[in-house]
Amino acid sequence: MKQALVLGIVVAVAAAPWLPAAAQTPDPTAAEFDKFREIMEQDNPAELFEVKGEELWRARRGPKNASLERCDLGLGPGVVQGAYAQMPRYFADAGRVMDAEARIVHCMVTLQGFKFEELAKQPFSSLVRTPDPVSLVTYVAAQSRGMKIAAPRGHPKERAAYETGKAIYFYRAGAFDFSCASCHGVDGKRIRTQPLPNFTKPEQAIRAVQGWPGYRMTGGVMHSLQWRLNDCFRQQRFPEPGYTSETLSALLTYLTVNANGHVYRGPGIKR
Amino acid sequence: MRLASAGVLAIAAAFLASCATPQRDYRPDALAMMKRDFHARGIAGVDRLNEDGVQAACNKHADDPPQAVADKLQKEQLAGINLPADGKLLGDWKSGEKIAQSGRGMMWSDKGGDGGSCYNCHQIGPRESSFGTVGPSLYQFAKLRGYGADIQRYVYGKIYNAKAYSLCSQMPRFGHVGALTEGQMKDLTALLMDPASPVNQ
Repeated sequence: MKQALVLGIVVAVAAAPWLPAAAQTPDPTAAEFDKFREIMEQDNPAELFEVKGEELWRARRGPKNASLERCDLGLGPGVVQGAYAQMPRYFADAGRVMDAEARIVHCMVTLQGFKFEELAKQPFSSLVRTPDPVSLVTYVAAQSRGMKIAAPRGHPKERAAYETGKAIYFYRAGAFDFSCASCHGVDGKRIRTQPLPNFTKPEQAIRAVQGWPGYRMTGGVMHSLQWRLNDCFRQQRFPEPGYTSETLSALLTYLTVNANGHVYRGPGIKR
Repeated sequence: MRLASAGVLAIAAAFLASCATPQRDYRPDALAMMKRDFHARGIAGVDRLNEDGVQAACNKHADDPPQAVADKLQKEQLAGINLPADGKLLGDWKSGEKIAQSGRGMMWSDKGGDGGSCYNCHQIGPRESSFGTVGPSLYQFAKLRGYGADIQRYVYGKIYNAKAYSLCSQMPRFGHVGALTEGQMKDLTALLMDPASPVNQ
């Protein structure tokens, strides 16, 4: 019901006569969209996935018939409150830095006995299917709503992940010579009418974190940052990064640390 | 006087300390990590992770290589541009507009090269208001700069290999990597250079 309502609004907006005119001057377009998003966020479809994620978190599932309630998201086994705002972080039991979804998948494998290869087969949402880790990360993210982003920098591996992520961000290669910074390296640019945040700056880096996981109106599905970065690399004309790989955690460390100190508003809505 | 020399000493000490702990270069770590983590998909092979000479120079020098390095590499890139054998650089601007509109090509979700993604970054024709601003506006390109053969060659060459003119330009090398065919590059050249093209109205 809620989803049908949302779809109706999306269609109405897509057909709205003011959009093409506003597209000539991008800032009014962005402003209009922000207004629209504010209204949408009061009744965000992401909440449906948050509820689903909480059920999944508590349910005994997988070959080991275990719940995720013993999963350590960095603040101790079972502590979900505030954990998302303090990731990516180094996890000694995995020997690497992990972002939230990487950690959740790690727990699904180690605690519940799911096979990573199975989870990585179709990790992104479609109209007919939302993978469990996407709902789970939405639930976990929601438990950091209103908290300050505080990705830790204390462990040497966390500092190395930041620097490695930064180097990946600026690494130009591939068929079109693109890096992340090709689109997100200077202020005030846009692709078509889509504004391009410069994530190297703290006040803009929050836009890499804010609204994710997000209910994306293009396609009408719930997506996490794992999907977002995967699609960036597709458009960067790179090969495909592995799901929940260290590369993505390192890149997310760079982006999140740059956004440290800003308040996270919880799962959101994306264009 | 003594205070001043103490200050100099302090600065010298700080300088030496900064020399003793140089900023570590994380690019090798980054590349090794990416090589572990990426896999081929569709037309996008893992070989795309490797830098070619131009990419390596731009990556190493944060897109601002020493003049001598840039000059040498630009000359090599320029030498690799193959102008059409028939000497005709202007194709069909209408077809050029379609190529400029298409944002597809060279992604793992594509079959091969396809469009030029031009509007993603440039203002071009007067009827398209949804254009990007990463590159300069090309509206009224030839009307403002002239319709001469040398400018035609520049436009074709720039589309073929933007790095021949500015080594660390953010613009892809469409001819160099085979993302666009000779015919497609002629059509795009016509979009900017044909006096009848809406771009020049």
